[in-house]
Amino acid sequence: MLLLLGPAFILFVGFVLIPIAVAVYYSFFKWSGFGHLGHTVGFANYRRAIKDTVFDHAVVHNVTIALLSLFIQLPLSISLALLLNRRMRGRGFLRLVVFAPYVLSEAVTAVMWLMLLQPHGFVDHLFRAVGLGGLVTTWLANTHIVLYTLFVVVTWKYIGFGIVLLLAGLQGIPVEIREAAALDGASPWQTTRRVTLPLLGPTIRIWIFLSMVGSLQLFDIVWIMTLGGPAGASTTMATYLIDKGFQSYEFGYGSAVAVILFMICFVFALLYQRFALRRDTAGALTERVR
Amino acid sequence: MTSVAAANPTLTTRPPRSGSPIATALAYFAGVVIVVVTVVPMLFIFIGGFRTTAQINGSPTALPHPWIWANYRVILTSSSFWRFLANSAEIAFVATALAVALGSMAAFALSRYNFKGREAVYAFFTIGLLFPLTVAALPLYLVLRDLGLLENKFGVAIPEAAFSLSITIVILRPFMRAIPTELEDAAVVDGASKLGFFWRILLPLSGPALTTVAILAFVTSWNFYILPLLVFNKTGDFTLPLGVATFQSQYSFDTARVFAFTFLSMLPTLMFFVVAERRIIAGLTGAVKG
Repeated sequence: MLLLLGPAFILFVGFVLIPIAVAVYYSFFKWSGFGHLGHTVGFANYRRAIKDTVFDHAVVHNVTIALLSLFIQLPLSISLALLLNRRMRGRGFLRLVVFAPYVLSEAVTAVMWLMLLQPHGFVDHLFRAVGLGGLVTTWLANTHIVLYTLFVVVTWKYIGFGIVLLLAGLQGIPVEIREAAALDGASPWQTTRRVTLPLLGPTIRIWIFLSMVGSLQLFDIVWIMTLGGPAGASTTMATYLIDKGFQSYEFGYGSAVAVILFMICFVFALLYQRFALRRDTAGALTERVR
Repeated sequence: MTSVAAANPTLTTRPPRSGSPIATALAYFAGVVIVVVTVVPMLFIFIGGFRTTAQINGSPTALPHPWIWANYRVILTSSSFWRFLANSAEIAFVATALAVALGSMAAFALSRYNFKGREAVYAFFTIGLLFPLTVAALPLYLVLRDLGLLENKFGVAIPEAAFSLSITIVILRPFMRAIPTELEDAAVVDGASKLGFFWRILLPLSGPALTTVAILAFVTSWNFYILPLLVFNKTGDFTLPLGVATFQSQYSFDTARVFAFTFLSMLPTLMFFVVAERRIIAGLTGAVKG
């Protein structure tokens, strides 16, 4: 039995848990990543992170992406899923197409959009073709716009996953329930609002969980498209962390930032599991993580 | 997801047959918009690869005139593209094999043995679901450096496998648990050892679940960006996501070539996806729904 469990246990401890423990340890030192650690600096690294406006902005950017996902991407996904949840020609094809961006790597997605968003490129051309040429800007170099540009790219990549997930959820809701509501005189809108959406609750709550964790750890797309720039206008916690560690060789400080990011993820996940997902007695993550 | 319908098989769960004609029209319209928004960017990249950069600069959205094969030919006959592809495949293969092998052994121990602290060990493995590898990337780098695993394919594959263990065990354990004890008793009566039962009966019966976890581990590894970014310095070791980002920054002056390279990097994923669409969608969405 130990022989069965042992290898997985060792791998898991060695490469998942020890790194976190190591980060906690290094976070108390001012360390360039090489040579002796020197004296501990206590919580100085943590204080520095909290005071650093660049890091604060990074947190704001992550939260902005999370909120945009919640208030734009989610309603859009739900509306599309509700619309598409009917017998249609080409349903299978549609499912294939809508899910495709999700299987692409974030890296190739980022490079693709980087090319499409080039000045005088595809996107600019498209705007001009439909008479919105006045809106054209340097999508990735305009400090006021860049975060929203990235949000659009993230949405392009992930919305299909949400739609397919929600469609699967909708298919778990028997037609008879809607029909019964209709017989009782509910309008289609009322049925959707009072019957379908509440029954879709568990799926929506899982979507929110995945989306929030995803928003908190946003890295690949941002790193490839903007490196967090221009002038820190699209820095996320993860790009800030990698920047401090590997561009400025501040491994002690970087570790402290990693611990903060880890704590945010961990606390969010635990609270969300406890208060939001626990209601969903029907399987889902709660069942497993308890 | 356990749903109302699953609990009562007489209820219908297929999509509603009809709705109002307006809603149906709207659904088709939405379908067309989704397909256009998803496909056109990829198509633009694909076709752009058949142009020259001069053509693209002259008129960003025109069709190739004449069609140029050179971009695709040069990339497909150069070694770097195939090198990236082979590296990605090797790493994904090792990561998947490790995660599935160790994960299924652990899941077996956690589902078919009774021992003290079993639930605690299981809960321990689920911690990995609460934070993504990106969060641990910097400390992981330090651990890999101490182990001498930098510039090494295993330095990427092993941590990827370790992080895939959580979801692997979480999916496999309930599946293995659900296989009746009678089957195990019968196997024992017929002279099979506990391990013989695992190898000859349980694993073959767990086929669908094993496929799901293998697809999950493979896709995760194939698309991973941050870890190869930190671990590898030599271009010859790069995986495809890393390669495409590097190619883009190296040849940023040659738009047409970057188009061709970008499309070629998407192609393996898209082909794999079209071939195994059902399994992949079921795996990636099923993994979060249970």
